[in-house]
Amino acid sequence: MMRWNRLAAVGMLSTLAGWAGAQTMDPMQVRGWASTCATCHGTAGIAQPGMESLAGVNKDEMLKKMMDFKTGKKPATLMHQLAKGYSDEQLQALAGYFAALKK
Amino acid sequence: MMGGCAASGGSGGPHVVVVGGGFGGATAAKYIRMWSEQSIRVTLIEPNADFVSCPISNLVLGGSKTMADITVSYDNLAKRHGVNVVRDRVSGIDADKRTVKLASGGELGYDRLILSPGIDFMWETLPGMNKPGAQEKVLHAWKAGPQTVALRKQLEAMPDGGVYALTIPLAPYRCPPGPYERACQVASYFSKAKPKSKVIIFDANDDVTSKGPLFKKAWADRYKGIIEYRPKHSLADVDVATNTLKFEFNDDFKAAVLNVLPAMRAGDIAVRSGLATANKRWCEVDFLTHEAKAARNIHVLGDSIQVAPLMPKSGHMANQHGKTCAAAVVALLTGKQPNALPIYTNTCYSFVSADEAVHVASVHRYDAAQKTMLTVPGSGGVSSAANELEAGYAMGWARNIWADTLA
Repeated sequence: MMRWNRLAAVGMLSTLAGWAGAQTMDPMQVRGWASTCATCHGTAGIAQPGMESLAGVNKDEMLKKMMDFKTGKKPATLMHQLAKGYSDEQLQALAGYFAALKK
Repeated sequence: MMGGCAASGGSGGPHVVVVGGGFGGATAAKYIRMWSEQSIRVTLIEPNADFVSCPISNLVLGGSKTMADITVSYDNLAKRHGVNVVRDRVSGIDADKRTVKLASGGELGYDRLILSPGIDFMWETLPGMNKPGAQEKVLHAWKAGPQTVALRKQLEAMPDGGVYALTIPLAPYRCPPGPYERACQVASYFSKAKPKSKVIIFDANDDVTSKGPLFKKAWADRYKGIIEYRPKHSLADVDVATNTLKFEFNDDFKAAVLNVLPAMRAGDIAVRSGLATANKRWCEVDFLTHEAKAARNIHVLGDSIQVAPLMPKSGHMANQHGKTCAAAVVALLTGKQPNALPIYTNTCYSFVSADEAVHVASVHRYDAAQKTMLTVPGSGGVSSAANELEAGYAMGWARNIWADTLA
């Protein structure tokens, strides 16, 4: 019982830590990461013809897409290679950033 | 800060001077204005009237694009972002007084200075290229602009059956895959207009430095009998009068059109200002801020820097440097800490014909222990094969980076 409780507590703590990590990420840092996506996807997420805009996307959909690129579930010419460069928490923060931008 | 403000004139707020309006400098200028909510004044000093893109310029040589397609105005930096764009050159820097001298005679004060002067050529390594008229006859066309047009004219004037010889210096140089893409573009033109002509690549490196298998496949599949690749050919001199390449260890070679890419180093202003601390060629920087190791309040971006491991000298990378530096400069001028964990990407497309392209991509993350940018293990890669889909993305990439940098 003791053992179960402790494991459960550790599990909960690590979930909380993961959540807290994404929530407390420095917004300036996230803005910096997001700006590097802008090179192809447009300043403030508004793309020129030929690329996808990211401003105002649905956060969960964008995160799922990035995670699918990362795991290889979703085929791509290039994005699967870039998605692997980011942690899950970083992708979550980026999805949140772009979801909050005006379309 | 007072000194900089007082010397620069104009209304209040800190003043940043950016030298060089390429992918690095123009991006830094725009993003400092955006991220400071226009509270930091930015002056961009650039000698050219318009921005001419090196990426896609090989397609002008191949004949599928024009100079108009790769030329972008600086107007939006001024109109939309309030950047003070000054058409001039910087002739000197006083790091103690924090002023720059303009070639036209004026002087400007700064709180922080950003240098993004690109590359210049080490002409001293090729004595024959220093003779009068030599550099007008044997072209590099490695800075897009008048030389791009002039090289295209040389190719058009060359009789069918002539040889175009391209020499590549030892890495590092600007745009690692660029020369191999250029060979494809010239061969693409020859295959249509001058089928008896040849492209011979003389590379000082041991092998193709970027996207090797993809380029070699293109040469074998598309340009068999047109492109010939000769590695380990180190250029020692050029006899311009007879159009002859002279190599360190190999026989001389005479061709109808020579295209010589000399060894490169950081732009003149950075070298003359004592910032090229790596082999007197490249400027070492702090990758959190892009501040030069050799001088406080002076930042260096783009092709001029001593790169981190596996970091190419590319326009995409310079754009990323520009944003990292812009964020740091805004933080430092407003009493905040620069971001502690830069992560950025490189994406580089090469056209193997008029309508098919390949790419290389990488992700670079700051490593606090080694104080440099390192590629993230498991990330990055190249195309599986050249195709039209990637050519579409390549043009999408170009339109977006031009807008992100300049609009």
